[in-house]
Amino acid sequence: MLQLKDVKKSFLQPDGSELRILDIPEFNVAAGEQVVLVGRSGCGKTTLLHVIAGISRPTSGRVRIEGWDLALLAEAEVDQFRAERIGYVFQTFNLLPSFTALENVQLGMTFGRLRSDRGRARHLLDRVGLAHRLTHRPTQLSVGEQQRVAVARALANRPQLLLADEPTANVDMGNQQNIIDLLRETCEEEKVALVLVTHAPEVAEQFQRIEYLEKVNLAWTTR
Amino acid sequence: MSLWKIAWRSIQQRSLASALTALSMALGVALVVAVLVILGVIDQSFRRSAQGYDLIVGAKGSRFELVLSTVFHLGRPTASIRYLVYYELINGRYAPDVEAAVPVCLGDTFKGFRVIGTTPDMFDKFEYSSGKPYEFRDGGRNFAWGEPFEAVVGATVARRAGLEVGKTFRPVHGDVLDRDDEHDEFTVVGILKPTGTPNDRAVFVNIEGFYRIHASAFLGAEPGKSAAKAEPDKSAAKAESDKSAAKAESDKSAAKAESDKGHHDEAGDEIPMDKKEITAVLVALRTGNIPRRVALPKMLSKELEVQAIAPSEEVSRLFEGIVGNVQWILLFLAVLVVIVAGIGILVSMYNSMSDRRHEIAIMRALGARRVTVMLIVLWESILLALGGGAMGVLLGHGLTGLLGPIIADQVGVVVSPFQFQTSELILIPGLILLAVVVGYLPAIVAYRTDVAQSLIASP
Repeated sequence: MLQLKDVKKSFLQPDGSELRILDIPEFNVAAGEQVVLVGRSGCGKTTLLHVIAGISRPTSGRVRIEGWDLALLAEAEVDQFRAERIGYVFQTFNLLPSFTALENVQLGMTFGRLRSDRGRARHLLDRVGLAHRLTHRPTQLSVGEQQRVAVARALANRPQLLLADEPTANVDMGNQQNIIDLLRETCEEEKVALVLVTHAPEVAEQFQRIEYLEKVNLAWTTR
Repeated sequence: MSLWKIAWRSIQQRSLASALTALSMALGVALVVAVLVILGVIDQSFRRSAQGYDLIVGAKGSRFELVLSTVFHLGRPTASIRYLVYYELINGRYAPDVEAAVPVCLGDTFKGFRVIGTTPDMFDKFEYSSGKPYEFRDGGRNFAWGEPFEAVVGATVARRAGLEVGKTFRPVHGDVLDRDDEHDEFTVVGILKPTGTPNDRAVFVNIEGFYRIHASAFLGAEPGKSAAKAEPDKSAAKAESDKSAAKAESDKSAAKAESDKGHHDEAGDEIPMDKKEITAVLVALRTGNIPRRVALPKMLSKELEVQAIAPSEEVSRLFEGIVGNVQWILLFLAVLVVIVAGIGILVSMYNSMSDRRHEIAIMRALGARRVTVMLIVLWESILLALGGGAMGVLLGHGLTGLLGPIIADQVGVVVSPFQFQTSELILIPGLILLAVVVGYLPAIVAYRTDVAQSLIASP
């Protein structure tokens, strides 16, 4: 369902030279598959997820999701595509502080075709064990609870692909396992493909398919 | 979740800054509302006051002064006209055209309020507004024909001069409190309920008494020594009045005609009618025969050597001319304050954009289009403007409520905090337009937010 072909991403540096961040000859993920990408800081994992999500465009190459070539879509169409088919869990949760837990989850479907399905938002928060925290704001939640709200938000728009950018980097060990379990179980239940990026071996070893970003991303090895 | 709700949450996030911004808008809008309401009410009141009479007949000269002095009790009284003019209007050749007419005699004051000599018809046959007859409070009544020293006072006069039914007062000649010029006592028999017209600020005395205290002037006697003054006792004055009535044969035609009308006008019967003078006549015309109504002012002017003017037309001229321009200037200044408040919204939102880039980037990452985040920012601007505007409307009406008693005292116009002007409705589209204009720059910043960079750069 996800195909990357010859994807390159470079940034212009102040001295005028180009810094290549991504150079991925090929990377594929099947529907419903769960893949973990392991890499150290600075190896381009966040940039890769941004490119897959259509948040930033590759300098060259093709990103296809469910047969849709993102390069051929206009920016607004990519936004719409992301709103309806991609879920995103950030390393720093990125919950909006003025919204309640329920509203943060609702926000995940506001920009897509589901609009605001309050029932689904409640169901998802119930699924992540936060049925009793619906009206709490992020500052009133623990770090682990915040990340669980973020997971619920990422699944709110019934995505086919969920991208998780080091979702356990900011949570304690106890919550780390809960988050991973939650992501894997809910993705299985919702039949969502999962691409999870981490630098923690104890997280990576729980997945059947482990890809080392240094091997996937040649830019790292050629630098 | 609707976009306005997302915008509202953003406002809540910056509650203090938002509240201060909305407050500045509220103050601007309050000023606009206060100006609109107060000027609107004054405008309506002036026009309504003028609508009570179809014609004012007075001496030739300034039309505007005639209206001001007779209807609004402002400015200097105009020159006098013959009493015969009034007689012609109620009993003479113009009587078929006249529904009601009252003479007014000006020249005296009491504690700065104008004293008007007139007949009881003023309150019996005229209304202060369409369908609203004069009413008396505290069991008071109109002054009676044949009771020359009875008076009726307006609500403001009663309050400020401390007059009550049964109390007496002495008018003075002119507008200076000079005891040497004090006239005989009049007794208050009625206090008008507030009318919201200039009549609240006037004292009405029986024209009979007015003639008595000025008899010497009308008869060419030494000024300051009125016939009534020679009779210190009121009962004596009454007796004199009765005596005069018996001698009314000196003007048989007038007595007969007035008797036909059911009047008992013994107005200064010791003064022959041809020597009596009045300042003006307030006239209500009979409906129908429109061409005759239109022609009447010219006929009166030509045949009686007076000027007859429609007060409503004069007031319209006044408002379309001088007052209208002042209104526009005040409104323009108030609108400027609102625009400055709008710029405050712009500055506040624009300054907040650097803090909000991360928030915007999150929404973009969740699939919001550039136009969507732009609309959210515009919604925020609109909510701030409308929220501030709503507060401003309440504040403005509260302000008019506070200023109401002062305006009523000074101008005689009652301004209620619940008097809404239809022109206030323009505030809604006006504020939305202003909000869109001032919100455009921050909205463009939101539109141009680089999602990837903002997500990485921010915590």
